[in-house]
Amino acid sequence: MIPSTVPPKYKITIDHDKCILCGRCAKECAWDAIRKSKDKIITYDNRCGSCFRCASMCPRDAITIIENPSQGRKHPVWTPEARQDVLNQANSGCILLSGMGNAKDYPIYYDNIVLDACQVTNPSIDPLREPMELRTYIGSKPEKLEFEYVEEEIDGKKVKKSKLKTKIAPNLKLDTPIMIGHMSYGAISLNSHKAMAKAVKRCGTFMGTGEGGLHRDLYEYSDNIITQVASGRFGVNSEYLSKGAAIEIKIGQGAKPGIGGHLPGEKVSAEVSMTRMIPEGSDAISPAPHHDIYSIEDLAQLVRSLKEATRWKLPVFVKISAVHNVAAIANGIATSDADAVVIDGFKGGTGAAPKVFRDNVGIPIEVAISAVDDRLREQGNRNKVSIIASGGIRNSADVFKSIALGADAVYIGTAAMIAMGCTVCGRCYGGKCCWGIATQRADLVERLEIEEAADRVSNLIGAWTHEIKELLGAAGINSIESLRGNRDRLRGIGLNEVELKALGLKQAGL
Amino acid sequence: MCGIIGFMSKKGRLIKGDKIAKALDSLRDRGNGEGSGYVGYGIYPEYADKYAIHVFIDNTVDFPQIKSKVEEILQRYGIIVKDEEIPVDDSVIKKEHISWRFFYEMDEKYAEIEEDKIVEMVIEVNSKVDGAFIFSSGKNLGVFKAAAWPDEVAKYFKLETYEGYMWLSHARYPTNTKGWWGGAHPFNLLGWSVVHNGEITSYGTNKRYVESFGYECNLLTDTEVVAYLFDLLSRKHKLPIEYVIGALAPRFWKDIDNMDDEKRKICEAVRMTYAGAAMNGPFAIVIGTNQGLVFSNGEVDDKNDMLGFTDRIKLRPLVAAEKDDLLFISSEEAAIRLICPELDRVWMPDAGKMTIARFEE
Repeated sequence: MIPSTVPPKYKITIDHDKCILCGRCAKECAWDAIRKSKDKIITYDNRCGSCFRCASMCPRDAITIIENPSQGRKHPVWTPEARQDVLNQANSGCILLSGMGNAKDYPIYYDNIVLDACQVTNPSIDPLREPMELRTYIGSKPEKLEFEYVEEEIDGKKVKKSKLKTKIAPNLKLDTPIMIGHMSYGAISLNSHKAMAKAVKRCGTFMGTGEGGLHRDLYEYSDNIITQVASGRFGVNSEYLSKGAAIEIKIGQGAKPGIGGHLPGEKVSAEVSMTRMIPEGSDAISPAPHHDIYSIEDLAQLVRSLKEATRWKLPVFVKISAVHNVAAIANGIATSDADAVVIDGFKGGTGAAPKVFRDNVGIPIEVAISAVDDRLREQGNRNKVSIIASGGIRNSADVFKSIALGADAVYIGTAAMIAMGCTVCGRCYGGKCCWGIATQRADLVERLEIEEAADRVSNLIGAWTHEIKELLGAAGINSIESLRGNRDRLRGIGLNEVELKALGLKQAGL
Repeated sequence: MCGIIGFMSKKGRLIKGDKIAKALDSLRDRGNGEGSGYVGYGIYPEYADKYAIHVFIDNTVDFPQIKSKVEEILQRYGIIVKDEEIPVDDSVIKKEHISWRFFYEMDEKYAEIEEDKIVEMVIEVNSKVDGAFIFSSGKNLGVFKAAAWPDEVAKYFKLETYEGYMWLSHARYPTNTKGWWGGAHPFNLLGWSVVHNGEITSYGTNKRYVESFGYECNLLTDTEVVAYLFDLLSRKHKLPIEYVIGALAPRFWKDIDNMDDEKRKICEAVRMTYAGAAMNGPFAIVIGTNQGLVFSNGEVDDKNDMLGFTDRIKLRPLVAAEKDDLLFISSEEAAIRLICPELDRVWMPDAGKMTIARFEE
């Protein structure tokens, strides 16, 4: 017989001395990794994804989940995961799916960048006592302002007054440079969307709808919503477009550059079908390319069409995944009437992606920001678009470093999900998220308490915002615009010359 | 640290350079002998309509070759009307560089873009000619600076032999780069001359901003960028001076939000458009222009015809004073009183508010 599986990755252990056979764990596990028989809790370790729902809910702390020490022979190349993948594909002949962001051990450049601080000659600033400004405007700005001079009579005296001639394009006003990126209704639950919408409203920032349309319950958050137009055009109509403060065209996604999206039919509930405008239970496939975009000129047309459809009142963003020629693409986007370019690095999360893409395609966001900011400046286009960075932003230091490298603001995704309870088990594509986040199963969705989740997300954004203010103060800076592209405030450690050059950084000590 | 003292006659009276030297010397403790400098406006009346280009050339055996490379660049777009070594007393400090001046006239065919061409040439010489850099390029003005104490630099350049209607000076206490002749203040480009006390923590942002417009920062200090920002915003973008300062030391958003609609829209637009020009960190800056003095920390003060600026939370000192047609600006009142004991008015420009002194018509 040919084996179909390697030993399970995780091992669930029940402490029978503690267990009171309440059966809560079995109810909580949507994956059927734990079942209750009459007088026993039975575990099915190979189903476990280590989401820790059971352990968290056990009233007796009787459950332990550990990595299975008996995973066969240790081998540096043929790890249990590599062998399991081969076996799965040998069984099914299919593409392997995965959730969350890149799970390989690539260098995280953020962790090799340190911040500078002021000492003596340039005093640090105390944000508790001095104003610290994080307000950020996302959108196109003119290269220069033009004034005209008119004579006005003030108190009987003729005074020459300067009047602004230049009209500023619509911009989004952010109170903090942290937004929540696009995760669609369908991929995640309505409760998750509602919680995030409440949080961004409280924090004076924005969230993206993802490509799943906008549920009517979220219309009240219009002023804090960015709608998305992806290749599938799900839920896109003029009402939808007008219910956001900005529109984002999704070309690519960091977790899966070069391919489209796929929401399995099991996740297309009645509500999702109405919001997406597709039949209930049908797979929602976003093709890899937009079938009306095969060049930068086509993209420019779509940008202008969307602006026309919304009477040129909303900024339009274009999201691409970070790839090696991202700088040239971003520059093209800057000249297409788009107002912001969103760059999603290869550590960006996802509900579902082919594993081979998630783990192997794309480039780190840090180098992409640097390359895009450099190119836009070289071409004189930096004012034409804002840069929004996303894909693996884990904490306020990552936000700070992203802005110093050249971004205007960041999107967070996984961090917001973790705030709501996500344990990064990576099985979002299965639709059985035990925490009620990446699921449409009603009994699971209701597990996510909206107010509590909203509090936690707004706490997270608020806490990072506080930390960014402190970091700015330490750097002797009292407004975020003086951090933008200020690579002088960063230094590299443990990076080689080529890497330092790509990031535009000096080595620490220089 | 760093000491600043400058004055101008609003009527355009000519005043000898020894006055400014005496005042700056009283601020020597604010420097450390690694950089002092002066700029005088109106000092070359004979060549008032020519660009006075001051160049440091390394005092080595390569001097003739370096000089000819500079000439080659200058002659590309115009003619050198006269050139000579700037007279110096080299018994005072070691002549590390030979200070040369060219009185230069741009070819008529570049009349429309002659200032752009001057900026281009300054950048080309400073970034491409090893051993030479242009440290002064305006008309009827000249910078004199070196890595030495204020009195030494004044004696070295024989400052008492010049007369000007506006003088700015600076005693340097370098903190972000070592002291060298090019790093001394004032920094000049065309009519803009900048002296600065402080450290610009937004330098990385400002530098990359001006570089995207073709400027190159290569004098190894943060003050250089201020001269370029002024040139870009004021000369090239033609922003009214109050909005140039409004871009460099913007009003806080909470203040902007409370302005009347028209003013709010302008201030918002300035801050959004010129975010890369906003300066942060501690600074007190005085800028000499062909129209007068600008100094910072500031808002328009209706009682005089001045505007000016320091950083937005005033981490560096700045004091201004008036006597008849004279306007003074300095880090310390004592330096002003040393050369003008009786003053009509003394005041301290507020944080983030600008003061501009213009010549009387």
